[in-house]
Amino acid sequence: MKYGSKPARVIAAASIAMVAGALASCSSAPEVDPEAGIEGQTIRVTLANHVWTESIKELIPEFEKETGAKVEITQLAEDQLSDQYNVKLNAGTDEIDVMMYRPLQEGKLFADNGYLADLTDLAEGDKEWDWSDFQKGPAELTTYDDEIVGVPIITERTVLYYRKDLLEKAGLEVPTTLEELDAAAAKIHEQNPDIAGYIGRTGKSAAVTQFSAFLFSFGGKWITDDGESAIDSDEARDAYKFYGDLIRTHTSATINPEMSWPEAFAVFQQGKAAFIADADSLYKNMTDPSQSTVADNVGFAAFPAGDAGAKPYNIASWGLAINDATEKKDAAWQFIEWATSKQTMLEMSKLGVSGSRTSVWDDADATADYPDELIEAIKVNGENGVGQDRPLVIQVAQAREIVGDPIVTAIAGGDVDAAVDTAAKAFDEFLAEDAE
Amino acid sequence: MTASPTVPEVGARERFSRWADRHRKWVLAGPSMVFTLLMLAIPLGWTIYLGFTDSKRSVRRDFDFIGFENYAEALTDTERFWPSVGRTVYFTAGALFFELILGMIIALLLWKPFRGQGVVRTIVLLPLVATPVAVGMMWRLLFEPNIGFVNEMLSWVGIAPQPWLADPATSLSTLIFVDVWQWTPMVALILLAGLTGLPEETQEAARVDGANAWQRFWFVTVPLMRPVIIAAVLLRGIDALKTFDILYATKGKGGGSSHDVETLNVYAYGLSFDYNEYGLASAVLILFFLIILAVIWVLQMQRKGRES
Repeated sequence: MKYGSKPARVIAAASIAMVAGALASCSSAPEVDPEAGIEGQTIRVTLANHVWTESIKELIPEFEKETGAKVEITQLAEDQLSDQYNVKLNAGTDEIDVMMYRPLQEGKLFADNGYLADLTDLAEGDKEWDWSDFQKGPAELTTYDDEIVGVPIITERTVLYYRKDLLEKAGLEVPTTLEELDAAAAKIHEQNPDIAGYIGRTGKSAAVTQFSAFLFSFGGKWITDDGESAIDSDEARDAYKFYGDLIRTHTSATINPEMSWPEAFAVFQQGKAAFIADADSLYKNMTDPSQSTVADNVGFAAFPAGDAGAKPYNIASWGLAINDATEKKDAAWQFIEWATSKQTMLEMSKLGVSGSRTSVWDDADATADYPDELIEAIKVNGENGVGQDRPLVIQVAQAREIVGDPIVTAIAGGDVDAAVDTAAKAFDEFLAEDAE
Repeated sequence: MTASPTVPEVGARERFSRWADRHRKWVLAGPSMVFTLLMLAIPLGWTIYLGFTDSKRSVRRDFDFIGFENYAEALTDTERFWPSVGRTVYFTAGALFFELILGMIIALLLWKPFRGQGVVRTIVLLPLVATPVAVGMMWRLLFEPNIGFVNEMLSWVGIAPQPWLADPATSLSTLIFVDVWQWTPMVALILLAGLTGLPEETQEAARVDGANAWQRFWFVTVPLMRPVIIAAVLLRGIDALKTFDILYATKGKGGGSSHDVETLNVYAYGLSFDYNEYGLASAVLILFFLIILAVIWVLQMQRKGRES
């Protein structure tokens, strides 16, 4: 390894942080000047593989031309991104300026650890940029202890993707209740034994977010108002059973127990499933003929209603934040300000990214290219939506594994009640520890 | 003008140069030794230290010294820790067993020269040069229960599709197969090197005494090869113990939804990267480190015992 090379510097930084690890980190943040000239500076931005990233990359040359700064992008898959942050932020690196992060997954943890710079004054101080234009739910998710620590960039809701041709062949209407969804999935699978009536995420952690729409619509929730486990309520038990049965009983295929959205989408894209409920922000994966063999036949609908009505999530899945340890806060903020400005978000919306600004959603221009049915579904889901899709705790990854356990059991056709009892007990213990 | 003859003054530079000349091997190797030591000692020392603390969420936060609590927690954990130990042993022993047998067969086949030996050797060695993560991804696709090539191939001969990696009961064994596929060549290579170094005379003598091929192999070749076999077990065994790439690439975090391929390595990774439990993760890693040291020690003793 070359001295001074990137890995060497990371190791050096890590070692120093290790030695000084016990000492409280005291960062005296320099005053940020939002108007500072940043010409010639390099802004290091870490981004996830996402439609947003692909779209912003097309626009970044404009920003570089405008400001004279250079944007250096590191792009990673979600899990790798998370691991990078874990290592680098733990070591107190100043090598990341702007970071794309998941407010629901890591927001609390990062903010609690002091990794995210306080943007309150900057965000509220810029009237033209207009913080109040951001949707309330998403904006709350990037606020921690009354400090704005991130700016939401992508919002999403559970939408029901379906195969128009299969529904037509079966003479069925688009399901509006979960019961109808179950019946439709059964009928289509009966008519087409090779096709699964419904496909969804099956991986323990991955399934949690999509399962939440079922949980909420059955009238269940993750945590009671008193901060205790709510996953053993009758409503939650019913939701677990329903989700498991929906995936298991309407297919002749062997179920892969590790599916997240890319795997589940692949099944649908190959024409092997009739329904899937997943994030609307991923719709291009379905309608892009280069990725989907059923691109012409994909329909969109609002999430079907359960006993408690239709309650999909409506959340900010990604946000931008500034690494508190960076010395380039001026430049970092200017990048965020530009990337989340009304104009950029409008442009991004035209490229198929569902943003977080109210004004953009109100602009007919912004969504002109969206399928009409999808806009309708997003509107309905937006009204019914719940502001979370996973337990809102600090150690989210651990919580997801606990509450996700009964999902796996349900899909495998095991004893759901026993799994729920075990999970509820573990979840209660976890919640007590997480709150410390 | 002629200079009067004087004893030349030895400058500091000259003295250093002479000293450096005398200790050339230390001077040249010194910097890298210091570097290696630091790179080993600091992380190891830090890990040992963290293992005695309740550090979680971030190592930059305050944490307390809690003695052996993490060790007690790990050693009494029958839900994740001990099953992980079991899987680690099962995976390592399973992989080693097949790799040794197959490796020996391949080495014996390649021992005596034959036409096209070069081509065969190259083909046999191919899996060795592939990146483990890529290997994991490849097998994950091949073993996909519904669209994978493996089940497709089975269907040609009328065998029903198998769940392979999808079923918690078969996933770890399937991964042993993948490991065997990739690492048998390395074992074969080591054993082949050992075979080529064997004296011809002993074989000849055995043949004259009327030993058949199996007897010659079992009573002559194997005992002579013992040090080489132990070396192969040592090298490959430690590698197999700490396998991570193919497990993660095929089953993801936590060794899959049912933790069905969660070995100690995968468990420790999950503790630190998913749960941010740095104290407990460090303790588990130290325990893992001790297990590896113990294995090395036993095998070294074996080897030394045989040699003497």
